[in-house]
Amino acid sequence: MTPSYALVQGAYIVAGLLFILALSGLSRHENARLGNRFGVIGMAIALVATIWAATAGVSFEGLSTVGTGLRGLAFIVPAMAIGAAIGIWRARSVEMTGMPELIAMLHSFVGAAAVLVGWNSSYENSPYPKVHAVEVFVGVFIGAVTLTGSIVAYLKLAAKMKSAPLMLPGRNVLNLGAIGVFVVMTIAYVATPESSTFLRQLMLGIVTVLALALGWHLVASIGGGDMPVVVSMLNSYSGWAAAAAGFLLSNDLLIITGALVGSSGAYLSYIMCKAMNRSFISVIAGGFGVEGGTTAGDIEYGEHREIQAAGAAALLESARSVLITPGYGMATAQAQYAVADLTRRLREKGVDVRFGIHPVAGRLPGHMNVLLAEAKVPYDIVLEMDEVNDDFPETDVVLVIGANDTVNPAAIDEPGSPIAGMPVLHVWEAKDVIVFKRSMATGYAGVQNPLFFKDNTQMLFGDARSRVEDILAAL
Amino acid sequence: MRIVVPKESRAGETRVAATPKTVEALRALGYEVAVETRAGLRASFDDESYAAAGAEIVEPGEAFAGDVVLKINAPNAAERMRLQPGQYLASLMAPALNPDLVTALSERGVTALAMDAVPRISRAQALDVLSSMANIGGYRAVIEAAHEFGSFFTGQVTAAGKVPPAKVLVIGAGVAGLAAIGTANSLGAIVRAFDARQEVADQVESMGGEFLRIDIEDTGPSADGYAKETTDDFNAKAAALYAAQARDVDIIITTALIPGKPAPRLITEEMVASMKPGSVVVDMAAANGGNVAGSRPDERVVTEHGVKILGYTDLPGRLPTQASQLFGTNLVNLMKLLTPGKDGEVVLDLDDVVQRGMTVSRASEVLWPPPPVQVSAAPVAAPAAAVVAKPVAQPMAASTKLALIGAGSALFLLMAAFSPPAFLGHFMVFMLSVVIGFYVIGNVHHALHTPLMSVTNAISGIIVVGALLQVGHAGKLWVSILAFIGILVASINVFGGFTVTGRMLEMFKREEPAR
Repeated sequence: MTPSYALVQGAYIVAGLLFILALSGLSRHENARLGNRFGVIGMAIALVATIWAATAGVSFEGLSTVGTGLRGLAFIVPAMAIGAAIGIWRARSVEMTGMPELIAMLHSFVGAAAVLVGWNSSYENSPYPKVHAVEVFVGVFIGAVTLTGSIVAYLKLAAKMKSAPLMLPGRNVLNLGAIGVFVVMTIAYVATPESSTFLRQLMLGIVTVLALALGWHLVASIGGGDMPVVVSMLNSYSGWAAAAAGFLLSNDLLIITGALVGSSGAYLSYIMCKAMNRSFISVIAGGFGVEGGTTAGDIEYGEHREIQAAGAAALLESARSVLITPGYGMATAQAQYAVADLTRRLREKGVDVRFGIHPVAGRLPGHMNVLLAEAKVPYDIVLEMDEVNDDFPETDVVLVIGANDTVNPAAIDEPGSPIAGMPVLHVWEAKDVIVFKRSMATGYAGVQNPLFFKDNTQMLFGDARSRVEDILAAL
Repeated sequence: MRIVVPKESRAGETRVAATPKTVEALRALGYEVAVETRAGLRASFDDESYAAAGAEIVEPGEAFAGDVVLKINAPNAAERMRLQPGQYLASLMAPALNPDLVTALSERGVTALAMDAVPRISRAQALDVLSSMANIGGYRAVIEAAHEFGSFFTGQVTAAGKVPPAKVLVIGAGVAGLAAIGTANSLGAIVRAFDARQEVADQVESMGGEFLRIDIEDTGPSADGYAKETTDDFNAKAAALYAAQARDVDIIITTALIPGKPAPRLITEEMVASMKPGSVVVDMAAANGGNVAGSRPDERVVTEHGVKILGYTDLPGRLPTQASQLFGTNLVNLMKLLTPGKDGEVVLDLDDVVQRGMTVSRASEVLWPPPPVQVSAAPVAAPAAAVVAKPVAQPMAASTKLALIGAGSALFLLMAAFSPPAFLGHFMVFMLSVVIGFYVIGNVHHALHTPLMSVTNAISGIIVVGALLQVGHAGKLWVSILAFIGILVASINVFGGFTVTGRMLEMFKREEPAR
């Protein structure tokens, strides 16, 4: 049986609405799971309608297109089965600390699919060939940038590539130049008659390679500490790539979904940038902490004090309120379970334990929350920076676990510091601060942290997980 | 190099610049140490214990024959004549008040380090004798007051009747003030304290005192960590506060000093007269002119109303053993700083702010006053500076916004005029979706950023629809192959994204499950 065009479009509208509900559901804990279910249902409806239409054809005002039938199914079923198997396997086996890598990887798939769809679509006939040509170019371009950008982000997050920013001379000129070439090529492509197939293919190929190179360079020149912004930016790009594919195929569902994802990703990036007090442009331009770091190391801060696990345990036992501020170091040390144990033990002793999370802690927006949730820390004691920043003066002990730049008072005190103006957790206002750290090395931004030299700060050196376990043993 | 420790010559001085313990520490730095005979007698250190610690005991005639001279008080004229060019000298000097001394020392060609000119930065605290002596002085001030006071400090209920606790007012919450607050508190008194720097309120309360406030703008901390002079308005209100307190309290201890200036007069004759007979006032600033009307340096004055005013200037010296030990340790810490190689050789590094700040003369060259060191304990002014340095981007003016929107609209209209109607229909859908996307996640909870991202990721796998529609058509096989790959990777996204989101959301729990 052939579905009518109206039926398919109706299914798309329902799916689009469900996607909107999914996103809005995800903004609160209470209905987040329901939101995810809405997304699954929407996706199922869209897929069923599409596969039906693709294999059986569509009827429209008495006319009907020819479906691909069994031949189509022969392609679709194995492809989806393999994809689903890989996807579900990865999703089930991934460590929560590896979440940033997984998400970056998934972004690259959307980019890859967008490039493939664009290439395929360039051979289709369209009633408006010139508009169609532009759409092909835009779709392939965004898709390719997303593809390589996400791959580089993945490699950096998985530590398979140096996370320091790649500083090519004139990198901004390179980026702008690539975009300029893209615009020129698009115009040339539109002007090329359809009959010269080879020339058109060549141009599309050049633009694809150009976009792949641009995506690579764009992310390679951004340092590891800006990864939360990069990941949500790539999320946004993947949305725009889907939207571009929607224009290409005149498919409203793709447009709606792509635009939703694109704008929500852009908004997340904006939140992240605000948390670092930096403009979106300056993150994309990359090279944080490289040009601005002139004052770093010039100031002599004096001596730091050390503490041992037993001393830290004694301090915690006598405390009434404890605030824990984790950072990326907690993820690398896999310390979340030990930290959760410590939290449980202290709470049983009647100590008020809470967490203060900086918006850009970790390598992914909300990264710390996911890790703590994995270790079964109740989410209502995991608070945002703004919610705890006024409470530090009344806090007895602050544990800084693997965080550095997000607790650096230089952001407030030293106008010349590269991180000046970035909102930070005011941990130094607490009575005692214990900093878990491997060594006295500087943080991602390459800035020395005066916190370590404050009179109320004590350093607990070593691997965060084993040190927390030592404290647990001493309690 | 050889360190010599002469006996102090000032009348009434009980302290000595080295103790057996600090002699050992100095020798560990590689120095030879010589102590003048009987130098530590009044601080209860005899020559034998110095000798046992490894010091050479020398006769008075040789007491200045060394490379480094460590003293408590600045050398007097006779002692200055015994200093040799090229010698190092470390002692109290009060260089701001004694320019003649600085000149005289530089004329002798001595490199002089003033122990009372240590910059107030955390790193230098280990050599700050003003802090260590003030600590002792504050303690002793309370002990002296208790000695003169005719009653208990602590309140008691006894068979012979109820004893009210003494009320103590401490003015100036520097190191001495805080020590006095702590001591008086531990004796059981009710302690109140006042300081022009409101930010010390926490410190006062941590020592067990009640911080008195006046209704006025904070004068703020000074850049170098010391108190500074106050405004007229402030002084008037503070005076009213003192007058009210003077009628109520039994003991007043004043510690207000401003570096390089005479001590401020805080307690007037009328206030002293208003105190109960038998009350005690300890003026710890008596040596610098006094905070209290009628106080005389080194004297105990009893007013006609029976109020006792103590102007002792040797309060730290009244605990000579402890004072010598702390002073000596400060000197050891100085020598550690000056002996980076631990090889008994002094290396003076004038690029170091601590050493530069203390060095008042070096081989005939006067180096006082040093360039200012900006080291405030409470960085209050800094945020303002940060704002100046990094101006916040001005919000766009309304007119600029309008112009931009207008230009954008015109451009779009131009484009739309040449676009097929179907494209515009799609564009409408696109624009609306963008706006919805912004609003839908506008108030997303911060903890859900990661699940949100993975669910949007799964949804953007919808691009699979494009590939599904392209796959399997007769004709170009490789189009189908590309579409096949497209379906495969996009499916990874769809299934992986939803699964991992579900997994994450399962972990977010409010409390531990009920047992």
